[in-house]
Amino acid sequence: MTSMFTSAVSRPGPGGGNQPRLRVRILSDLVVAAGVLAVFGFVAYLLPGVDAPIGPQGIPSHVTTDVWDLPYYAMRSVFRMFIALFFSLAFTFLYGLAAARSRLMGKVLVPLLDILQSVPILGFLSATITIWLVIFPHSMLGVEAASIFAIFTSQAWNMAFSFYRSLLSEPKELDEAARSLRLTRWQRFWKLDVPSSMTPLLWNCMMSVGGGWFFLTASEMISVNNKTYALPGLGSFVAQASSNEELGKVGLAIVTMVIVVLLIDFLLWKPLTAWAEKFRITQSESAEPKKSLVLTVIRQSHLDDLLGRAFSPLGELLDRAGRVFGRTGARWESTGTRRKLGDWIFDIVLGILLVLGLAELVLSIKRSVGFAEMGQVFGLGGLTFLRVALLTAVCSIVWVPIGALIGMNPKVSRFMQPIVQVLASFPANFIFPFVTLWFVAWGIDINWGSILLMALGTQWYILFNVIAGASAIPDDLREMGSSFQLTGWLKWKRLILPAVFGSWCTGGITAAGGAWNASIVAEIVSYGRTELVGKGLGAYITQVTERGDGPRIILGVAIMSFFVVVANRVFWAPLQNLANRRYSLN
Amino acid sequence: MTMANENSMNLSTAAALKGQGANQRKSQAYGPGQASKNLGDKGLTPIIEASHVSQSFTSDKGVELDVLKDISFTLYKGEIVAILGRSGAGKSTFLRNLAGLAKPTEGSVSYLGKELTGPNPGVGMVFQTFALMPWLSVQDNVELGLEARGVPKKRRARQALEAIDSIGLDGFESAYPKELSGGMRQRVGIARALVLKPSALFMDEPFSALDVLTAENLRQEVLKLWSKQERDIESVLIVTHNIEEAVQMADRVVVLGSHPGHLIAQVLVDLPRPRDKHSAEFEAMVDKLYSTLTGHSQAQEHELEMRELAGAQAGAAGERIQADGAGLSSQASNGLAQAPTGGAAGNGQTRQPGEVASGAVGMSGQAGNIDASNAINNTAETGNAGNFTTINTANTGDTVNPGNTEWPNSEEQLLPNATPGGLAGLLDAILQYQGAVDLADLASDLSFEVDDLFPLVDAGALLGILTVDDGRVQITDTGKAWQQSDILEAKQIFARLAMDHAPLVRAIDQALRRNDDGKLRGKLVRDRLRSRLTDDQADQQFETAVNWGRYGELFDYDADDDTFTLDEANA
Repeated sequence: MTSMFTSAVSRPGPGGGNQPRLRVRILSDLVVAAGVLAVFGFVAYLLPGVDAPIGPQGIPSHVTTDVWDLPYYAMRSVFRMFIALFFSLAFTFLYGLAAARSRLMGKVLVPLLDILQSVPILGFLSATITIWLVIFPHSMLGVEAASIFAIFTSQAWNMAFSFYRSLLSEPKELDEAARSLRLTRWQRFWKLDVPSSMTPLLWNCMMSVGGGWFFLTASEMISVNNKTYALPGLGSFVAQASSNEELGKVGLAIVTMVIVVLLIDFLLWKPLTAWAEKFRITQSESAEPKKSLVLTVIRQSHLDDLLGRAFSPLGELLDRAGRVFGRTGARWESTGTRRKLGDWIFDIVLGILLVLGLAELVLSIKRSVGFAEMGQVFGLGGLTFLRVALLTAVCSIVWVPIGALIGMNPKVSRFMQPIVQVLASFPANFIFPFVTLWFVAWGIDINWGSILLMALGTQWYILFNVIAGASAIPDDLREMGSSFQLTGWLKWKRLILPAVFGSWCTGGITAAGGAWNASIVAEIVSYGRTELVGKGLGAYITQVTERGDGPRIILGVAIMSFFVVVANRVFWAPLQNLANRRYSLN
Repeated sequence: MTMANENSMNLSTAAALKGQGANQRKSQAYGPGQASKNLGDKGLTPIIEASHVSQSFTSDKGVELDVLKDISFTLYKGEIVAILGRSGAGKSTFLRNLAGLAKPTEGSVSYLGKELTGPNPGVGMVFQTFALMPWLSVQDNVELGLEARGVPKKRRARQALEAIDSIGLDGFESAYPKELSGGMRQRVGIARALVLKPSALFMDEPFSALDVLTAENLRQEVLKLWSKQERDIESVLIVTHNIEEAVQMADRVVVLGSHPGHLIAQVLVDLPRPRDKHSAEFEAMVDKLYSTLTGHSQAQEHELEMRELAGAQAGAAGERIQADGAGLSSQASNGLAQAPTGGAAGNGQTRQPGEVASGAVGMSGQAGNIDASNAINNTAETGNAGNFTTINTANTGDTVNPGNTEWPNSEEQLLPNATPGGLAGLLDAILQYQGAVDLADLASDLSFEVDDLFPLVDAGALLGILTVDDGRVQITDTGKAWQQSDILEAKQIFARLAMDHAPLVRAIDQALRRNDDGKLRGKLVRDRLRSRLTDDQADQQFETAVNWGRYGELFDYDADDDTFTLDEANA
């Protein structure tokens, strides 16, 4: 009787309304309100700079390296990043819906996405910046838009792909329930499509932002058509400091970058992943609930309820307006001969367009560059390919055992995983000046050194994935290993390596893809006035971009895409297949 | 066309019988109000009508595969109908056709006389795995359908709370589905359908994901809702593979046969409610449905007769209820109507001659397997040899190419999805009884549902280790020998049985012997299967054949190289 009583008292009931709880709630209210105001304040502070008119001397080609400008630069960079993320999300939703819901559009959009994923993003820069400068001729918005677009192109594809895949893998019964309840398309999107894809989408957002820092850095100071455009930002700060040979300032920028990455993780990703727990499709509670201080504070405050109530009429209004999009699956798809005929016509038209486009590409290359150079560029591609292959192999040999050891020790992995995550999203090109200096001092050939530069950014994907894979090895398998006294090489051969094989594949693909992209900035590096130029497709693309040589940019980008696509199809796809068939743990 | 006409005629007679039965019972006065509740005499208003619905889809190989074949059916106001069938009978597909979630390849479905072109607006659907949005609270889930109809927020909330209360979910409004037990989740699913006040409540195996007790509890709950005077639903259509559930809940049971799904029979269940599971009538009805489902039963022998009876003497059916003291054991006399469409009786007509021929080619010499209408009971029918010999002789004239491996062709020769271990277990269970045992008893002993039990029984019958007759199953001498021998001997016996009776196993063995290197690509076998089966079915056939072959030490299959090799024991 007594124990019942005490347990009933000690458990804080919901809405208990006792004093300390109220105080906490009011405190939370203040914190959340301050946070919201701060966000608006930052935006208001940054906006004038974004839209600043171009001065009489034209678009600046350098930025100041005053240390006290760093916070402002950091904010500008973050702002750019999130505008790009916003557009990536919008693109993701539209593209994913179109590819998944329209049969004919899906036929084009899905393979296109596959190729776009493999295209080196930095190659786009030169082509797009001229367009943006024409669209926004009189303000910095043009360069700003070009930079944002570059980040967007690094973020959007994998997000769109993840959303598309989530749409396809929606549980069949939920889809049927939505149709049977005759939800409008608008309602279906918000009640089924977005929630069910939330978890993978959020993961891809995090990956995208992490990868985006790399391109942010590379796109804030762009050299195109023999001209350099500089935007205030962390990346341009590093570039400027590096060419001014101010190593200390590069170090400070690195510290700032680390702080930015950690803050975003704390203020955004942690609360979002904890919040997204409720969107997991599994019906059971997850074993270890994700926690976030920020989310707890927001939930404790009155503000979320208040906002919810305030926006509820707006939601109803939008819901009513969304009816114009019609009901989901309201009419059966037509079948039979008419549809077949339509498919035929569509396929034929598409085929003709494809052949014409390819012919035009080949002809234009022949006219402007010549087939001989095309062969040479292929050779350069081969060189870069060898670098990427060597890098992937070495990184795997180094990081797979380490990752497996970390992953199999729960304590260490809980400690290490966030660190590796930060490392993976840290833009490696911030460190390039230091490494370049080292290369110069020791006289290391950039043709070999570039491998290290490429690895700096991409190796973490392997480590990160292997840790995740190893920590997912079921306990009973691990116990079996020790009970049967599997030790040494036998244990690795029979238990650990097979168990992490799938994760290694995932990490390897990402790392190799990232390395191709990184080759564009890693095969040519400079510090101060020294420039190290390696031989490879990446260096080729950088050189022709600086010259603004359109046909050769297209050639370089096309050949790099070709290499990536072929490597994925010939090497990685069969491996992943094998991983799913033989080495999956469920 | 003639078939179709007969079909619709029979349905209308079924309805007529039903009306008669209801009147009859009224006059007999089974307790106050019950009869009128069971089969409300609202003049049999049709709600949903399906006419000549066929469903097929094209496989990856471009082969047209039939799932449903020419089913006509009407759901009337005031009745609970159960659709019963084994797996592969296309029950759920048919339900989705009626719900407008899948477009029938042929035929049409209409709701209140209007042909469907999309989801059926009069249907509230309850799903097997609940299909709740995990990110919405109970109340939000229930409100979802109202939201889609554009009901304003306040009214929406009120109606949702009413529905939540009516199914016993009060207090759970703000919970999320993942916090609820399976039974509670399904209550949310039911509330979500009820709140729309649908003309027809559709339930797709609604209790099969729940444990036995919860399922029973929820069944009663639904029946209670149904028996209320002012209920919001006009009819219920429930898909089930649980025969007791069908008898317990339904006024009418629609039995579907497999490959492709077709209507075997419609059975009126005119037992008074609440129904006593242990009454003799109830058990008799369950047994009867079991024998209908196993395909070989007096039911089929009766079918022709029944058709005549039902057609000619519909008016007299009511009287026979009184005349027959034995109750339900004989269907001819208690007003149970059967409407065979393309069922066993129809098979001879619908099957193209070429199919029979090719099927028989694979089986030549195996008299026991050729019964085109009935794959399950070959051993039971060996006494019936005249039937087979005619087919055999008919086919010996066909061009049989001795050089080719005889791949099984007709769908009747599918291997049931059963493992040797499961079969051995089944034999052990049957041996507990002396002699023959009712399938219904066996199922309840093992707490198996139809989908668990039938593949095993089918496999046993196919291999000739047991016989099924009129819903009763018995072990043959071969079966006893297999069950009693030691492991090695048992494997040899099984190998011989599989070679004799399982066409796919034999075909693989023959192909292996014919090939010079003694190897066979698995892909070859799979492709052949896929050219006439759905991918899932093909995979299941493949796996079963591999499993049986491995157990019998006939051949081995290396999944890495995708090759079959003869086992040393068999070489």
